[in-house]
Amino acid sequence: MIPPTVSRSAARAVRPPGALVIEIEGVTKLYKMGTEIIHALRGVSLNIRRNEYLAIMGPSGSGKSTMMNMLGCLDTPTAGRYEFSGKNVAHMIDDELAEIRNREIGFVFQTFNLLPRSDALHNVELPLIYAGMSPHDRRERALLALNNVGLGDRIHHRPNELSGGQRQRVAIARALVNNPSIILADEPTGNLDSRTGEEIMALFEQLYEQGNTIIVVTHEEDIARHARRVVRLRDGLIESDGPID
Amino acid sequence: MLLNEILRMAFASLGVNKLRSMLTMAGITIGVFSVIGVMTTVSALRGSIESGLSFLGSNIFQFSKYPTGITNDGNSRRKIEARRNVTLAQAQRYQQLMEGVTDVVCLKAPYRDGPLQATYQNRKTEPGLNMIGTNEHFLAANQFTIDIGRNFNPEDIDLGRPITIIGANIVKKLFPSESPLGKLVKLGGRTYTVVGTFAEKGSTFGQSQDDMVIVPITRYLSDYGSANVSINIATEAPDQQHYNEAVDKAITAMRIVRGLKAGDDNDFEIYSNDSLIAAFAKVADAVRAGALVISGIALMAASVGIMNIMLVSVTERTKEIGIRKSIGARRQSILLQFLIEAVVISLAGGVAGIFLGVAAGNGLAVWMKAEIVFPWDWAAIGLIVCTVIGVGAGLYPAIKASRLDPIESLRFE
Repeated sequence: MIPPTVSRSAARAVRPPGALVIEIEGVTKLYKMGTEIIHALRGVSLNIRRNEYLAIMGPSGSGKSTMMNMLGCLDTPTAGRYEFSGKNVAHMIDDELAEIRNREIGFVFQTFNLLPRSDALHNVELPLIYAGMSPHDRRERALLALNNVGLGDRIHHRPNELSGGQRQRVAIARALVNNPSIILADEPTGNLDSRTGEEIMALFEQLYEQGNTIIVVTHEEDIARHARRVVRLRDGLIESDGPID
Repeated sequence: MLLNEILRMAFASLGVNKLRSMLTMAGITIGVFSVIGVMTTVSALRGSIESGLSFLGSNIFQFSKYPTGITNDGNSRRKIEARRNVTLAQAQRYQQLMEGVTDVVCLKAPYRDGPLQATYQNRKTEPGLNMIGTNEHFLAANQFTIDIGRNFNPEDIDLGRPITIIGANIVKKLFPSESPLGKLVKLGGRTYTVVGTFAEKGSTFGQSQDDMVIVPITRYLSDYGSANVSINIATEAPDQQHYNEAVDKAITAMRIVRGLKAGDDNDFEIYSNDSLIAAFAKVADAVRAGALVISGIALMAASVGIMNIMLVSVTERTKEIGIRKSIGARRQSILLQFLIEAVVISLAGGVAGIFLGVAAGNGLAVWMKAEIVFPWDWAAIGLIVCTVIGVGAGLYPAIKASRLDPIESLRFE
C-alpha cells in the first residue's frame, strides 16, 4: 500500500481528464414537506470528466445529499438537464435508472450497506447477479475485485465477522466489480477511526491512479484534500468549483 | 436476472426466520391436509366398492321395505315406516311368479335382536355375529362359497330344519381342532346342527364377512318370530342381456304380490350394485363438498397469514431492498424475490399437506381394508391452488417492496 505521506506530496499526479461523463446544467430540485416547499438545489451546473477525482463539500442543508442522490441516479431533478455518458437521465423511469446504477455507478456508503447475512463474496457478486452475468464469470470478477482491495483471504466472512475498514473494502470491491464509470462515495470514512480512514483514502488514491473516476461527498476538509478538485455547495448553489489548493 | 438466483435468495431469507416460515406454512398444510385426506379416503373406498366389494353379485337386484342410504326427508321416512312388511308368504309367492324368469331368488331375514353369540360346549364366539334366515340361494346371491359340508337344499327350507352354515371365524373359535359338521351349536338360545362352513372371505368396510351364520328362513321365522320382520328379496337375472327385462318382470311380480292396484306407487324399494354405488357416491359427494368448504376456509385464513408475514418481512427488510436497488435491482427483480418467497412458503406448506393427507387418508383406507390410492388429480389441484394462494397473498407485499424509494429505504434502520 502507498503510505499517505507519499501520496500527499510526491505522487500527487493529476491524470489528464478524459471524456465527459456527467453533464449537469441548471438542475433544480424541489421537495414538498407537508405544505412547505424546500429548494434543495436552485440551479446547479457541473461537468465531470473521466479520470477526475472530485470532492463535493458543503455543510448540512447545502443540498449535498440531494446532489449525491442525483449524481447516483437514485433521484431525478425537478428541472434542468442531466446527461450521464451522453444519456439523458433526467426523465428516466425507475428501471432505467436501476440499469444506470447497475452498470455505470459504484456506490460506497458511510454505513457500508452490505447484506448482513451474505458473505463478502456474495455481496460483491450482487451487482453482477442483477446484471445477469453467469455464475462462473461473476465469481471470477468478484474474486478479482476482492483481491484488488486486499481481501482475497476474507471472501467467506460475513460483514459481522469483519472490521469496519474491511467492511468498507468489501463495499468498495462491490462498487468496483462492474467496472463503473464513476465511484460515488458518501462520507466513506465517516464510520471509521482516523487511521482506518486514511487507509481507505489511500485505497481511493490507488483506484484513481488505476484510472477510475471518483466522486467523494464529504463535509471533512481532511478527506476532501485527497481529491484533485473540490466543488463547494451552499444553499443549493455551487459556491466554488476548482482544483484543491 | 435468472430465476434460480431469485429462488436461492428466497430460500436463504426463509431460512433466516425458520420458525416464522414454518408456522406460516402450517396454515397451508392444515388446509391442504384436510382436503387431501378426505379425497384420498373417499377415492380409496370408492375404488374398493367399485372393484372388489359387491354387496350383491353381478346381475342381482334386491327388493326391500327400506331404501339404502340416507333419507333426510321426514315425510318420506314416515311413509316408508308405514309400509307393510314383506312377509314370507309374499316372498314365496314372488318366487313362484318369477319361476319362468329365474330360479335364483334369495330371501333374507337378518337378525336384529342385539349382539349374537354362538356357543358349542364350553366354547364361545365374540358377540356380534351376523345371522341371516335365508334359503339355498344365499351363496350365489352373496358370493359365498362352501368350504366343507353342504349348502341348504329346498327340502331344508320347506321343512324348516334346525340346521346352520357357519363362517370361518366361528369355525376357528368353536372348532379349533375338530370337524364342525354334525355338531350342535347354540345361537340365541336355539340349537342348530352344523351342515356346512363358509370359505374364508375377509372383510369389507372393516366388517368381517366371516362372522356370517345362516339358518333356513322358515326355521328362523318360527324360532325368532315373524312379527316385525320384513324379508329382503334378492333376485339374480340369468345374464346381463336379460337384466332389465328381469327387473321389469320382477317389479310386476312384486306389485301383484303386494296387491297394488294400477296407479299405486311401489311400496317397496329396489336396488342393485349400481344403486348402492350411486348411494355411496351421493354420500361421498357430500363429504367431499364439506371437505372443500372447510379446507377453503382454512386456506383463506392461511393466505391472510402469508400476506401478513410478507408485509412484516418487507418492512423489516426495507434497508436490504434499498441496498439492492442502489446497486441496480430493477423493480421486477425485487417483486419476483418477494413473490417467490410467498409462493415457496405456500407450496412447501401444500406439499407437506399433500403428503400428510395421503398418509392419513390411506391409513384410514387400510384400516377399512380398502386399496391404497394416490389422488394425483387432487394433489395437482392442491399444488395449483397453493401457487395461486402464494401469488395472491404475496403480490401486494411484493409490489409494495418493489415500489419502495431507494433513498428512503437506504435511510431505514
